[in-house]
Amino acid sequence: MLDRLIEEAPQFFSYYNVIFLGKAMLATIGLSAVGCLTGIIAGLALALVRLPTGVLWWPAKVIAVFFTELFRRIPFLVTLMLIFFAFQLTGFDLSLFVVACIAVFLIATAFLSEIIRAGFEAVHRNQWDAAAAMNFSLLETVRYVVLPQAWRIILPPAFGFFVLFIKDTALASQIGVVELTYAGRVLNNKGFSAALVFGTMLVLYFAISYPLARLGVRLEARLAKARHR
Amino acid sequence: MSYTLQYGQIWPYLPFLLDGALLSLQIAFLAFCGGLFIGTLGAAGKTFGGPIVKRLINVYVVFLTNTPQLVQIYFLYFALPDVGILLSSYVAVLIGMTLNAGAYLTEIQRAGFESVRQTEMEAAETLGFSRAQQIRYVIMPHVARVLFPPLSNHYILMTLGTSMAAIFGVEELTGRAFNVNAETFRSIEVFSVTALMYIVITVAATAILAVIGRVLLRARMRII
Amino acid sequence: MPRLDIVDLKAAYGSLTVLDGITVSVGSGKVLGLIGPSGSGKSTILRVLVGLLKPAAGRVLLDDVEVRYSNAGDVKRVRDQLAIVFQQYNLFQNMNVLDNVTIAPVKIRGRSRGEVEQDARELLAKVGLADKLKSYPDELSGGQQQRVAIARALALKPEILLLDEITAALDPELVSEVLDTIRVLATEGMTMLIVSHEMGFIREVSSKVAFMADGKVVEMGAPAQIFDAPSEERTRDFVSKILRH
Repeated sequence: MLDRLIEEAPQFFSYYNVIFLGKAMLATIGLSAVGCLTGIIAGLALALVRLPTGVLWWPAKVIAVFFTELFRRIPFLVTLMLIFFAFQLTGFDLSLFVVACIAVFLIATAFLSEIIRAGFEAVHRNQWDAAAAMNFSLLETVRYVVLPQAWRIILPPAFGFFVLFIKDTALASQIGVVELTYAGRVLNNKGFSAALVFGTMLVLYFAISYPLARLGVRLEARLAKARHR
Repeated sequence: MSYTLQYGQIWPYLPFLLDGALLSLQIAFLAFCGGLFIGTLGAAGKTFGGPIVKRLINVYVVFLTNTPQLVQIYFLYFALPDVGILLSSYVAVLIGMTLNAGAYLTEIQRAGFESVRQTEMEAAETLGFSRAQQIRYVIMPHVARVLFPPLSNHYILMTLGTSMAAIFGVEELTGRAFNVNAETFRSIEVFSVTALMYIVITVAATAILAVIGRVLLRARMRII
Repeated sequence: MPRLDIVDLKAAYGSLTVLDGITVSVGSGKVLGLIGPSGSGKSTILRVLVGLLKPAAGRVLLDDVEVRYSNAGDVKRVRDQLAIVFQQYNLFQNMNVLDNVTIAPVKIRGRSRGEVEQDARELLAKVGLADKLKSYPDELSGGQQQRVAIARALALKPEILLLDEITAALDPELVSEVLDTIRVLATEGMTMLIVSHEMGFIREVSSKVAFMADGKVVEMGAPAQIFDAPSEERTRDFVSKILRH
């Protein structure tokens, strides 16, 4: 079996294939990155909506909580299918990559809004009090006082989520997005042995995920140190 | 292009989907148990083993936690036949999920073991507990309490993770949703009902596990 | 001419009644000292005044105009006219001393940065921290942080200054530097409402002292009366316990 792999290797790692895999890897990282970047903005909005205390805010708060709890309890594959078919049936002509990004965006928003909320709650109550007593609006308080303190607590788990989700992007292959897993299936269908193809896939995913995970750990250590000046 | 929602067409398929949900739960349970066993061995090895054992377990954990479960199962399902091991899709998924869980649960349990503080052990020793008694009265309750929340959480994640078995044709909940979709073409209806079922399953599981955790182990658990 | 009147104020945290009908007042240029055991509600009055806790009943009149705490506009106005210094200083941890003092006047009140900075430098010099402008709160001692908090409150040019047990969280040797600052303000005619355990200081600086217990005002009068010749049993009890130290 090993000789078969060695035999196939040069053809497998042909110039064209390497470019193909490279682009697929970019798609994989891109999917998670775009979803998480947009998700953190929407997640921030959701976290903000849950702050005010007035009764008028109740409907928005309920929607925010509902949304957050919902998308954390549905498997990514099912969310992906729902979004895929929703867009297909409403006639929007979106690329598969965008459809997958939207699915990632929804899930990322849900998870990241929880992370952001935890960050807000980690900022001491007396910071909020002092700002309120000086007539800061809620948004001003978050902008000038809370967020500058909370981002150090938010960034490590948010980055961790991004790294985590890179593995979940593999499911996007199911709707035809040309990311790494899809690329693997294409090459497998072309005739390359499964061991070579999927073995390489595993190694490539590892090559993306592990360094980023280590970066996340170093980032967390750096930020923790900076807080206790 | 207009599309009217017709949930009525899905209604007759509900028992079919629910059966699939049962299979999802079964897969998650079996894989979790297997993973827990592997994890205990792995955690023990990493805490008490020699340098080579530690290295090997570390490679296993690091590799499986940094690669997608889907691709791991692809490998088992498509690559092993080349060396003569033919696995049915159900078995491939089960083994894949078990190995994956084993890696994560090794880390979780290792953290749990290491959280038993030296001081607790010393206190128990000075109170005259024998080694066996120390394990039974000090270490195990503490470890159980500390491990229950993250293990429960991972179990819930695994329940959601069973959905990728559909890709291999396994007739669990998502797989059956694909079937119903193929027959009725009521995609939105089918998948929204499926989503709802997953939500119900996870909410119920979270609540049950939280109650068990709080009552039996006085573990710190969120109910919802 | 700032004037604060509190009439029969009631407030609660959930089902726990903290203020049970408080009636006090402070006139222009005067200092009202609030003393009493922990849990008597002294700090709660200040929190209600500045809008951090909604009153359950009663009235608050600022310059003879009622403040309706259920009305957002009224709350905004009262926060413009009152400034509070907290027990835990509550300095913004992500800003240096100068920014802590200037941020509200510049960003919230909209005054010009140059003018506010000038003010801030003067105030910080006045509290003795002219050399700490670029320091961060976690680089300062408790007493220094509290003095920054006072400068921050003063930068808002409040009509009435509320001081909530501002020395209670400080190490003993840092207390006098803070009290000195307040003493200066009193002689300058700042209208103040001071909640404190520092009996000697309260006695020295207040025009009027109110002794509170269980959410009510037990006795109110001139400092000499409250401390030397209290008419209520409860007050006598409290004062004698304090003076024994």
